[in-house]
Parts: sequence; structure tokens; C-alpha cells
Amino acid sequence: MSDSLMPANARPSTGVVTAPRRGRRSLAHSKWPVLILFLPPALLVFTVLVILPMGEAAWYSFFNWNGYGSPTQWIGLRNYQLIFRNSAFTQALINNGLIVLVSVCVQIPLALWLATMISSRIKGALLFRLIFFLPYVLADVAAGMIWRFVYDGDFGLVGGIAHFLGAEAPFWLADRDVAMYAILGVVVWKYFGFHMMLFIAGLQAIDKSVLEAADIDGATGFQKFRLVTLPLLGSTVRLSVFFGVVGSLQLFDMIMPLTGGGPSNSTQTMVTFLYNFGVTRMQIGFGSAVGVVLFVICVTLAFSYKRVFMRND
Amino acid sequence: MSTKIFRSSLRLTTLAFAGGLLAAGTAAADSVIRWMHVEQVPSTIGVWSQIAKDFEAKHPGVKVELQFLENQAFKAKLPTLLQSEDAPSMFYTWGGGVLEAQSVTGALRPLDEALDANGGEWRNVTNASAIEGLTFDGKVWAAPSKSGLISFYYNKDLFQKAGVDASKIEKWDDLLAAVKTLKDAGITPIAGGGRDKWPLHFYWSYLAMREAGQEGFAKAKAGDDDGFAGEPFVKAGQHLAELGKLEPFQNGYLGATWNDALAAFGDGRAAMILSFENTPATQATNSTDRKGLPDDKIGRFPFPVVDGAPGVATDSFGGLNGWAVTKNAPPETEEFLRYMGSLEVQKLLAKETQIMPIAKGASEAVSRPLLKEVADALAKETWHQNFLDQDLGPNVGAIVNDISVEIVSGSMDPADAAQQIEDAFSLERK
Repeated sequence: MSDSLMPANARPSTGVVTAPRRGRRSLAHSKWPVLILFLPPALLVFTVLVILPMGEAAWYSFFNWNGYGSPTQWIGLRNYQLIFRNSAFTQALINNGLIVLVSVCVQIPLALWLATMISSRIKGALLFRLIFFLPYVLADVAAGMIWRFVYDGDFGLVGGIAHFLGAEAPFWLADRDVAMYAILGVVVWKYFGFHMMLFIAGLQAIDKSVLEAADIDGATGFQKFRLVTLPLLGSTVRLSVFFGVVGSLQLFDMIMPLTGGGPSNSTQTMVTFLYNFGVTRMQIGFGSAVGVVLFVICVTLAFSYKRVFMRND
Repeated sequence: MSTKIFRSSLRLTTLAFAGGLLAAGTAAADSVIRWMHVEQVPSTIGVWSQIAKDFEAKHPGVKVELQFLENQAFKAKLPTLLQSEDAPSMFYTWGGGVLEAQSVTGALRPLDEALDANGGEWRNVTNASAIEGLTFDGKVWAAPSKSGLISFYYNKDLFQKAGVDASKIEKWDDLLAAVKTLKDAGITPIAGGGRDKWPLHFYWSYLAMREAGQEGFAKAKAGDDDGFAGEPFVKAGQHLAELGKLEPFQNGYLGATWNDALAAFGDGRAAMILSFENTPATQATNSTDRKGLPDDKIGRFPFPVVDGAPGVATDSFGGLNGWAVTKNAPPETEEFLRYMGSLEVQKLLAKETQIMPIAKGASEAVSRPLLKEVADALAKETWHQNFLDQDLGPNVGAIVNDISVEIVSGSMDPADAAQQIEDAFSLERK
């Protein structure tokens, strides 16, 4: 990020623009008092609430510690060894990968498709926008609880449909092989509206004259989409994928009411794993180590994604 | 994650601020006993408040303040809270490994001195097994408040319909036979809450108690005879797997919470439930019509014994709760707890809040027949084993919960399960 900002700042001083130099220098000078005045509070808050806890977590991850007293039993990298040997963690990694995959390959195309349909001023577009965006407004926990009820085989919608058809009601959330797919369904339902809104905003920013020009050139609808809309929407798509990936890695609130990570850890994500195996078991050292691993994965992914795909955005 | 940390620290700050306000508001009192609990039943809190008021009336200058935290929040906050200035004077405990972990940090005050004061006045009125259950390293770390018992509750109508006689279920094989008979009659035999996991740990725990007996259990804890990987514990898993093969639970039990299981029993959708002493009340509140089964339609029988194994039917498994006192609590806290544990108050609590009292002779105040039966069983118990997910500490306890679900659903070998518990517990032995 800093790299992409640097040239932008540096450009004026090396540029050919012939604006008065003195003015700019005095501007640079006048920045210092502002910096000195305004940076420390933000820096302090950032240090106390972000840097310090992160450092603490990293420190605790080298101890076998239950959270009581102060950590004394140094065990080196053993927590990390235990994490990577834990089959539930492997499952969590796979699930996180699956969520990323689904949000990139299913959710975003779906959102894009819907966005192109309702971004134009057709009748009822606004209403549909509202309806599609509604799930995103719901709190994750509420969404999880609603869908837990929907999927319920005794009293839920799925159970009701099955009973109506005279079939035996399925219990998807109780089935190791199916539960994760049931959750993926909820994830797509919950977040596609958000991506759709991003795309609508992006679509509305596209200059109409470009599309008109394409029309005049005799482009078909699909050609217009592929050769004009999509390239011009590039930065929005990249941003959307970025949000999708980062959001997928942090998925927690919705899974807890749905399955709590079960049955048999089949729907564990990295964060539910951290909670179930670190916090509730009072294995604060172990949990911290999971936090560190999660942090490293998130940071690596976020930065490399920004580096590779969002360099010019 | 950082937002989570931020939120929790914000909450702590708010809590500290509120605590400060409370302290300021009550500065007139000489000492304030801050009583932290997780109780959600309004009538129980009403009774407690009255007890606190009575105590205040008898002890001028002392104020008792009830502070509530939701169960999960309480568990998550306690480690930080105990090390802060805002530690409560006394707080709810399930005993076991968690209490033991707290006791070694120096955050708690042992109660032996208070129990033995005036010629052991307090100790003498309290059930010895309750005190023993809250003793670690030779010191008593919490004042017992109530006891509990896990046993099978059954729907009399459904049993009759299938032709099963509950009084004949004495051995494990009898239970398996009853499950088969019920299934043949088209009735779901047992309500299970696999999502919460701990409801299924009752089965493994009871089977382990029956297979190992009190002595064998103590040996396993000490690490003798292969510890928890030993034969009795493998056998316990095998019995549980036998039960699992019969598919005794309601459909979708792996995704069902404890409340769902109680609802299944209360609605008459399942014939049995292995559950707490307060089941007659909780099955009603969780049932679809909020009425559930009337008391006279519910029967109770103890967990069956295993043929040829040392465990007996009077070896009981159930909760044991208490109040732990923190290091900086006002000295009147012990006096208050002694009052709470007195025969008079325990009788009141047994009658009004339907708990299993821990004062000697207080169980006569239990009047509801199904509860009376439990009180009598507890009075005759030969061994009281606290819940394993408390007793063995939160980590090993969670593993016991996990393996119970895995075994019963047929996805883990009993020997592997026993080995997993042993591996984890071996790290906790000193």
C-alpha cells in the first residue's frame, strides 16, 4: 500500500508541472505541526488496541497456559506443532478454502449477473435491490439462527417440505457430509447482496457513452458485457474478490448458531477452531498460536492480493 | 480479531466503570459482598435476594449485591476478572479442574478455617461428600451450594405402549433390550443432544464409572494401569458403541442441542432421556406446548450397571456446585456462605428453588415426588462423581465430550478414544 502511495506523493516534486515551488514546500512544512498534533493519539490507540494485543498473543503462543495467573510454562513451538497435527484444524483450513472458492466462483458471478440485470432503470429494480440486499443487513448471528430453523427437520421449512412430499425429513446440519454445503448455501445467500451493491455502484459509474458507442458499432449484449462492462468494472471485481476472501477467512458468527463447528468438526473454520479449541477449553496459549497462524495467513493473503491484483486500483 | 479484542476490552472497561459506580453508590455500607452468579430463573433470584436481605438485616453494615453474568460470558471473563481489582467476593463454581486451576493461582481464599470455626459448626451441618468434592490439595476451595444427579427419565405411556417395564432395567443389556423393543414398536427410544456434546458425555462417563468403579477411577486419575487408556475405559467406549449401533436417538440428534433433546422428550417424541434432576421442570419449559409431560407420566431409574464390573447403581454421577471466595473478599463473605449453607436456608432453597440441598437433613424439604426420589438416591449414594467435563478440567473434559459423540455415532474406535483422553490427561498430572 505504501508503495502505491509513494509515487503519487512524489510525483509533483519531480513532475514538469510548473506550479510555484515555494507554496508546496511551505505546505510540506506546515504538515509537521499537524502530524505531531494528530498522529500520537491515533498511534497510541492503534498500539494499545492492535499492536500490543498482537504482540501479546504471539508471546502467549509459546506457553502452555490456561489464562489464570501469568504464563510460566514455556513450551517453545509445541503449540504450533499441535495445531498442524490437529485434524480439526486441517478440516478448518479446507473449509476456509472451500468458502473462499464458493464466494469467488459462485457468489461473485451470481452477484454480478444480478447487478447487471437490476442496475438499469427497469420497473421494480429498486425493490429487487432492496430484497437482495436485505440478507446482508441481518446480523450474522440472526442469519445463522434463522437458517438453523429453516434447515430443521422437525419443525423447519426443509422438514415441512419433506413432510409435504411424503419423504423422510433430512437433517442437513446434523450430517457430517452435508453440513458444510448447507452452510455454504447460507454464506452465498447472506453476502451476495453486498457484492451486488458494489457491482451496481461500479456499473453506474460506467460512462453511458461508451456503451452507446458499442451499440452503434453493432455489439451484441454479451459482447458489450464482455468487452466493455467487465473491463471497466475490473477494479470493482478485484475489490469484491478481496472482500470475499478476507470475509471468508473470518467467518465465525454465522457458523456458531448453525452448527458450532460440528458435527465431528466437519464445519469448523479457523476462527471457530480458535474459539472451540482455545477459548472454551481454556487453552489460551494454544488459542493464541491459532490466532497467530490465522493472522499470518490473513496478512499474507491480503498483502499479496493487493500487490498482485490491485496494484493499479 | 482486533475488533473482538477491542470490543471485549471496551466491555471490561464498561464493567469496571459500572463496578466503580456501584461501589460508589454503596460507600455507606462498611463492607459489600459482591455475589456473582449465572442464574437466569427469576424466581430463584427472587429467593436469593430475600436471603441476602435477611442476612443484611442481621448484620448491620454489610451489604450483599447480586451480579449476573451470562454463563458463557462468565466463563470467558472470569480469568481476567479474578486478576483484577473488580473481582467479585464470591462466584459460582462447578468445582473440578477449573476450580483447581483457580485455586493454584492464589486468587481464592480457602474456607477450612471458617468451616472449622466454633468447633466445626459449619462443617458439621454439611454433607461430607459435598465438601470433599470441592477439596483440592487438602483445602476446601468453595462452599457447597447444591448437588445433582444424572439418571434416566422415561415416558410412562410410551413404555407401556411398547411393553417395556422400567423397573426391570438394571443392567446395561436390559437397557439395550429396552431400546430394541421401543424401536420395534416404532418409538424413538432416547432423546439426545449431540450438538452440545456434553449431554452424550453422560453415557460414556457413567459407563466408565460402572466399568472402573471408584477405585479404578482414582487409579486412572493417578496414571496407574494405563490411566484412562486402560481396559475399563476402552470397554466403556465399546458399550457406548453397542448403544450407538442400535441408533437409539431421534433423527438429526447430532445437530440437536440440549434444549432440542428436552423438547423431544417433553413432546413425547422420544421415550427416555438421560438427564439432570430438574428434568420434570425443564422438559416442560422446552416442550412445544410449554406444558410437556405431567409429573405422573414421568418415571425415573438409575443408570444401569454392567454385568461383572465393579461399579454399583448407587455410584452417582452429577453436578456439585459451590461458591468460591476470592482473596480480597470482605471477611463477612464466609459468614454469609455459612448462612446460605445452614439447614434453615437450605430447606428454603430446596423448597422454593427445587435444588438438591447439601445441608444434612435438608432434603426432607424436597416435596415433589420425582425430586424426592433423587434426594433419597443422593442420600444413599456410595460415590459422587462430578461431571467429567468439569472434573478433568476444561481441556480433557472437552475431549471426553468429543469422543462420546464420535463413539456413539460410530466414527471413532473406543480404544483410540480412550488413548486420546489419556494423552491429554497425562499432561495435567503433576
